[in-house]
Amino acid sequence: MYVAVKGGEKAIDNAHALMADGRRGDENVAELSLEQISGQLSLAVERVMTEGSVYDRDLAALALKQAQGDAVEAIFLLRAYRTTLPRFGSSLPVETGAMAIRRRISAAFKDLPGGQILGPTYDYTHRLLDFALAAQGGDRPPVAENAEPVEDSMPRVTDVLGHQGLIETSGEGAEMPGDLTRQPLNYPAGRDLRLQNLARADEGFVLALAYSSQRGYGNTHPFAGEIRMGEVAVELVPEELGFAIEIGEITLTECQMVNQFKGSKTVPPQFTRGYGISFGQCERKAMAMALVDRTLRAEDLGELVTNPAQDQEFVLSHSDNVEASGFVQHLKLPHYVDFQSELEMIRRLRRENAEAAQ
Amino acid sequence: MNTGYNFAYLDEQTKRMLRRAILKAVAIPGYQVPFGSREMPLPYGWGTGGIQVTAAVIGADDTLKVIDQGADDTTNAVSIRRFFARTTGVATTEKTVDATIIQTRHRIPETPLSDGQIMVYQVPIPEPLRWLEPRETETRKMHALADYGAMHVKLYEDIARYGHIATTYDYPVLVNDRYLMRPSPIPKFDNPKMDHSPALQLFGAGREKRIYAVPPYTSVKSLDFEDHPFEVQRWDQACALCGSTESFLDEVVTDDQGGRMYVCSDSDYCGERQKDQMQ
Repeated sequence: MYVAVKGGEKAIDNAHALMADGRRGDENVAELSLEQISGQLSLAVERVMTEGSVYDRDLAALALKQAQGDAVEAIFLLRAYRTTLPRFGSSLPVETGAMAIRRRISAAFKDLPGGQILGPTYDYTHRLLDFALAAQGGDRPPVAENAEPVEDSMPRVTDVLGHQGLIETSGEGAEMPGDLTRQPLNYPAGRDLRLQNLARADEGFVLALAYSSQRGYGNTHPFAGEIRMGEVAVELVPEELGFAIEIGEITLTECQMVNQFKGSKTVPPQFTRGYGISFGQCERKAMAMALVDRTLRAEDLGELVTNPAQDQEFVLSHSDNVEASGFVQHLKLPHYVDFQSELEMIRRLRRENAEAAQ
Repeated sequence: MNTGYNFAYLDEQTKRMLRRAILKAVAIPGYQVPFGSREMPLPYGWGTGGIQVTAAVIGADDTLKVIDQGADDTTNAVSIRRFFARTTGVATTEKTVDATIIQTRHRIPETPLSDGQIMVYQVPIPEPLRWLEPRETETRKMHALADYGAMHVKLYEDIARYGHIATTYDYPVLVNDRYLMRPSPIPKFDNPKMDHSPALQLFGAGREKRIYAVPPYTSVKSLDFEDHPFEVQRWDQACALCGSTESFLDEVVTDDQGGRMYVCSDSDYCGERQKDQMQ
């Protein structure tokens, strides 16, 4: 007996109710608050802010709560909210050289002005499950205060190299960088748009591309010139004032990769740059981004484009996880009609095959 | 109606940007116009292009019909219809003849369209040459030069291998004798309905950020060869519910012993025919 696919409306309502139920979980356990998510799952919140392109801890925490901790779904929620926000202006470029440093390391120099500041990092933890955390709490080791405050002057390593002309200049950026959320990306895309794309790109995708370049698919001989994390001021020039005012402070992680370059007839040998940045402490993302920024500069630097990580159409068209997730998952939608068309064709071909064989 | 958002969700500036793209698309039939596609509250690949186009053209007096696979009651059609009911408060209908705007995924209604109606197609991949050439920089050049030889070779290779052109849906068409166009994944059964249709046909690809159009009464020719003329699917059966022998039929598996029946994919068409037969 044929039962038509009716009742879609009711099914959708029930699906939402079931998800809400699953999200809440056991009612005997206290509900998660946004403060808990934002305070205790801060790296997840920062990834959602970075790829969601909105610096708002509360909204990112809400998105994570609503998405039951699914980062890509949370990023999608935040992006969909972002499109509805009015644009009231553009900030001045943030000055990361004047960052209030919490972490700053260089793998290129043993010591440098301002020194190495290890700061908060999991880098040297032994990855042993801490069962004391499972028992809630456990003893936190006290944070030792440094006797001397961090030095005020913390020049970027690339600036140090730049004084000696050992690294290429970063080049003059466009007066007003492009915005791929307003104008569709056209190829070839300039570095401003490539960086915007990579900053919003899926961490896993960028990580894998960066890794591929290290394994020989477009090697750039990178050194982690500097990674710095801390707070920077965001300044805006309101039209009615005509001068810059500080409108807030954000936490950033910036990574400057220093890469080899052979030089040419017109340019003496010098290092080249790869740049990565993220909101919060998304250090893995910032480093991977810096590697891929550099691989994507292959064409500009006269290198052969032979690997995926160097191919801007390949990288930029597939880096966005909201787009990728939607299109991969749209295969769940009904395709009865197309499938029916294929069935009809395959039956016809088989029939003709059988007839020809007789 | 939800008043928290602008009419049809998008702000007026965005709608203006979309309308400009649509006007350009209508002026150059079959040409893909890049546009600043917005992130919608529905996932990419689920009709965001069609939704943006509908949002740009819909007015308070319109009557909207949304179908997916020809049916009004498939889950995604329900979801999109609800979205516009919530954000515009316009009347919705399941009747093809009553609709002023029909947003569709994968079908064109069996009931002929008329003057003044707008068809909005949801498009996953707008570029007809994409599976022959993955690079946008190259395909744009091919369109500029009307260099469509690769597509003819592809169709010829089908014939050499299978004895037929094996493309059964999203079958490439030439619009206004100039631009090669993807009709979106409608079955090739529906291709002839596009040719000189009295309705305005708009195509939106949200993720790929392209809009294109076929104005009313424009030629839409399915590619073929003189000795292998274009033909559409045919069924040996009639619809088990309304008896139609003219419509596109979905195969419904009824048991695990090979039992199956065929019914119209266009639920409005089938329902209306059954109603007429009751009288």
